[in-house]
Amino acid sequence: MGKPAVNGENGVRTATVSVRQGSESRAFAGAWAGNYAPAPETVKISIRPRYELFVAGKWSAPKGGGEKYFPTINPANENTLAEIAQGTERDVDGAVKAARTALPKWSALKPVERAKYLFRIARRIQERARELAVLETLDSGKPIKESRDVDVPLVAAHFFYHAGWADKLAYAFAGKTPKPVGVCGQIIPWNFPLLMAAWKIAPALACGNTVVLKPAETTPLTALRLAEILEEVELPPGVVNIVTGDGRTGAALVAHPEVDKIAFTGSTDVGKRIARASAAAGKKLTLELGGKSPHIIFEDASLDQAVEGIVSGIYFNQGEVCCAGSRLFVQESILDLVVRKLEIRMASLRVGDPMDKNTDVGAVNSRQQLETVKKYLRLGREEGARLRVPGSTHGGSASADGEALDPTMGMPEKGFWCRPCFFTGVQPSHTIAREEIFGPVLSVMSFRTPDEAILRANNTPYGLAAGVWTDKGSKIFDTAGKLKAGVIWCNTYNKFDPASPFGGYKESGFGREGGVQGLRAYVRL
Amino acid sequence: MADLASRLDVLKTYKLFIDGKFPRSESGRSWLVSNAKGRVVAHACRASRKDLRDAVEAARKAQPGWAAATAYLRGQILYRMAEMLEGKRRELAEAILATGAAGTARGAAREVAVAIDRLVHYAGWSDKFSQALGCHNPVSGPYYNFTIAEPSGVIAVVPPDESPLLALVSLAAPALCAGNTVVALCSGTNPIPAAVLGEVCATGDLPPGVLNLLTGEREELLKFISEHRDIDGVHAANLRADQAATLRLGAAENLKRVTVRERVDWFDESQCHSPWWIEPLVEMKTVWHPASA
Repeated sequence: MGKPAVNGENGVRTATVSVRQGSESRAFAGAWAGNYAPAPETVKISIRPRYELFVAGKWSAPKGGGEKYFPTINPANENTLAEIAQGTERDVDGAVKAARTALPKWSALKPVERAKYLFRIARRIQERARELAVLETLDSGKPIKESRDVDVPLVAAHFFYHAGWADKLAYAFAGKTPKPVGVCGQIIPWNFPLLMAAWKIAPALACGNTVVLKPAETTPLTALRLAEILEEVELPPGVVNIVTGDGRTGAALVAHPEVDKIAFTGSTDVGKRIARASAAAGKKLTLELGGKSPHIIFEDASLDQAVEGIVSGIYFNQGEVCCAGSRLFVQESILDLVVRKLEIRMASLRVGDPMDKNTDVGAVNSRQQLETVKKYLRLGREEGARLRVPGSTHGGSASADGEALDPTMGMPEKGFWCRPCFFTGVQPSHTIAREEIFGPVLSVMSFRTPDEAILRANNTPYGLAAGVWTDKGSKIFDTAGKLKAGVIWCNTYNKFDPASPFGGYKESGFGREGGVQGLRAYVRL
Repeated sequence: MADLASRLDVLKTYKLFIDGKFPRSESGRSWLVSNAKGRVVAHACRASRKDLRDAVEAARKAQPGWAAATAYLRGQILYRMAEMLEGKRRELAEAILATGAAGTARGAAREVAVAIDRLVHYAGWSDKFSQALGCHNPVSGPYYNFTIAEPSGVIAVVPPDESPLLALVSLAAPALCAGNTVVALCSGTNPIPAAVLGEVCATGDLPPGVLNLLTGEREELLKFISEHRDIDGVHAANLRADQAATLRLGAAENLKRVTVRERVDWFDESQCHSPWWIEPLVEMKTVWHPASA
């Protein structure tokens, strides 16, 4: 390993599988409403049949009994992409020890040298961007347009931004001499697999820490490809260790006594379990958890732009976004107009092959997640809300307002699919208005006064993000000030940048990622 | 002329301080505060779970108004508190010495002086911490993006038994200056300085409910504090490991932010005077707005 990449062939010695991309587009051709010519991404990448654990700079097989490997599949066609190692307690222990061993040298390295490693990583990610985007889309189901234009560029930017901090930390913490925390255990989700790895690894390394990263069970491939990049840039062994596996692997990492800090992104439920599990040891903890973010549209907003914002707010990445604007509050006077505009806009969203460059909404990440989404679709109807699936005629008799349609029907048999849809007639007490769905399902509600909008927006245990649309400047700042959320998007939504801190209020977790504030979690003052 | 030596002391019962008032514990419980010689010097109320709830309710009610007050006003009110304490230096020093456990008269006077200075220090931070902790962010795109620090909400302050005035002030002042309201569990061994502090607050300008002071059994109340769903954060210091673990475990219930400082030397300004004592008690809010026409 460690051979420089040539044309996307990464010096992989083992046999590779070639991934057929065109055939999937053909399978979709008849499935969606419009009759578009397929525009498949044609870059060929190689995937090893089996991936081991990346510990102390070496690839090693999992130790101990039980199932040693599990498949990771393409959620768009359910084909197995590769076999992934199930990291055991012993593997986690080995990885933590490797990180511990690497810590003294890494943290004592001249900061500008540490910076240069991170700059190198950023460059190699830029150079291998297309390959990473294709791999991300294959493993996660997200549209190639998003992995190519959003995820991977942000990954490179994140390493580049944090590289520069490595030798400037004293300026980030007035009057203090920041020191590394130590060994960081980092557990990341499946919705932005490589981006979350970057959010975790980049600040940790910049601040002189070493890392054990546990990628999500369903999306480990890009993190493992990142390990190959770390080899290419000759990052010292043990500085970053990647241990794949399911929840048991993550639990072992949380429980390990030699881990100084846990950073977790995922569900609020698991976040609370981690908080309990690490209470006695008093490990440093940051949690980036769920959300049910409000998106407020005032009657004096630019409506066409607001509708674009609503769409990108909830249907970006199939709605599998912790900060998704899943509760839409529209001022009563414009409710009907906004719903009409939203239906027209949504009818032109292309749902289909994630590898097609024109696809707007790809595959749901896993069967399990699709079942969760279906559960909420059922609950929404049972509790009395009305479902609309613009652009679809599948799954029921299409009444005038498209009610009773099933957004999961009329799609290819293989793979996990849900069309963008929304509920109207939603009451604040409805389950779909309270719980995170993590799918392309929007709850539309109305309000009369700004005070009512703020009251209802804040009426949730979550507080990750919020959106507000109005052309009145003072109203923007008044509303932004009163919303209890870590990120407020005004006249825009779902914008991310390494210089901009991200993280929640209340039960959406604590700590920030990105920006100068994001460094705080990775230093001792 | 009365014979002072044979005069019976009028023992005061120090009450709780909740919502600007001085209730006895709703539980009716109290305990005798004794000095080192075993002589009873005062009575104190032993707060119950219900008293805690009342205090949190008062703090929650007062929080939006306190946070919405101008930073300038919050700074002045905290400075006014320092002024009021300055006039009660002798009483506070006597309160610190009342149980006889806390050293010399000089030591007590020093504790009062440092506590007042600490209040002055944090009074000055009220209109500066968001400048020290927040910033404008240079994002790659036509957006105006900035991060501001907002108060977390209701903060439970848990000082250790030692330095009964100074530790309380040191943990509460950073929370208050940022616009949080506070429910404090005061020293279990000597509740008298906290009670005097409450009396000072009541005659100052601090709005009712902004600072609430409970005295009582630490072991009993810690768990209730940790599990209370309407407390947003905890600011504690120098606790035993099992006490810190209790706080963290219960806090997982609603993911309240828990800061337990270790090995704090209350008299060390380089340690205790810092915006980084305010930082765990605020939330960072990042606001985006398009900057292109």
